[in-house]
Amino acid sequence: MTEKTEKKQAAFDFKICRATPHHLKYVVELDERTTGKSKFDYWQDIFERYGARRIDQRFFLVAEAPNDGGSGILGMIVGEVRGWEFGSEPCGWIFAISVEPDRRQQGIGEALFKAMCDEFRNVGIEKVRTMVRRQNTLQMSFFRGEGMMAGPFIQLEKKLNDG
Amino acid sequence: MQQSSRLAIYALIELASKPDSQISAAEIGAKYRVSAHHLAKVLMTLGRAGLVQSVRGVGGGYSFTGNAKRLDLDQIISLFEDTSTSCKLADPSKATDEEWALFDVTKEISDIARSTYKSITIQTMLKQVNRRSDMRKRSRNEV
Repeated sequence: MTEKTEKKQAAFDFKICRATPHHLKYVVELDERTTGKSKFDYWQDIFERYGARRIDQRFFLVAEAPNDGGSGILGMIVGEVRGWEFGSEPCGWIFAISVEPDRRQQGIGEALFKAMCDEFRNVGIEKVRTMVRRQNTLQMSFFRGEGMMAGPFIQLEKKLNDG
Repeated sequence: MQQSSRLAIYALIELASKPDSQISAAEIGAKYRVSAHHLAKVLMTLGRAGLVQSVRGVGGGYSFTGNAKRLDLDQIISLFEDTSTSCKLADPSKATDEEWALFDVTKEISDIARSTYKSITIQTMLKQVNRRSDMRKRSRNEV
């Protein structure tokens, strides 16, 4: 999707487009509302890396109301094509998705997910992956509802002071 | 997963896929190759939980009364079995390091299974059934 191409959804009037520097403030605010933490520096860094560089393989999309006069965004999703780490063939990774809490269950998250999958498909990618905290039933249910299932990798970790 | 939990999930998928229909225990039992008697017991538990209701008489049967978008597999399984028993130590105060080590492993597996069940709703299962059905039709057409 280029910055000029936008998708309109039939069920609810909003459009999905690539994030621009104008959206940074709204992304930070949305993230703070949903996670309870303000991470301006983190999102600024993500914007620089995903909004401007290697944008043929990195996608930062936002959902906004049409004719938005600066009233913010309805949701956002960030993903990129990564390959060969952990012996994996190139695949699309979604590493952030968020929808305005009082606009959930209205198809925005699903539209963002589908738009991201279209972006991956357009660059020849056949598989999409993400990672979800086990206790995060909301996100887990969302991705499951979109047809995602456990993949062939399992995440392992160790406390470094455990010896 | 115990057979009662499995049957309950099958029955709920069946009923939720036809929200305007009344389906008898015999019909569901025939589809999943189980006795109507066993299924009736399962349906009684689901009825007590408010997930199905039955209408007696000719044309009667069971219908789905739950919320397919909200009802997850863990909620269903919990009606029939104690989902926490798989990783319990008989007496933690006397458990050896070996018992604790095995406990850690079984708890890891159990936690993953539980969070997976919690994240899958009946609505998601219906989508999964449809995907399976589409795959089967496609492979049949390719033959």
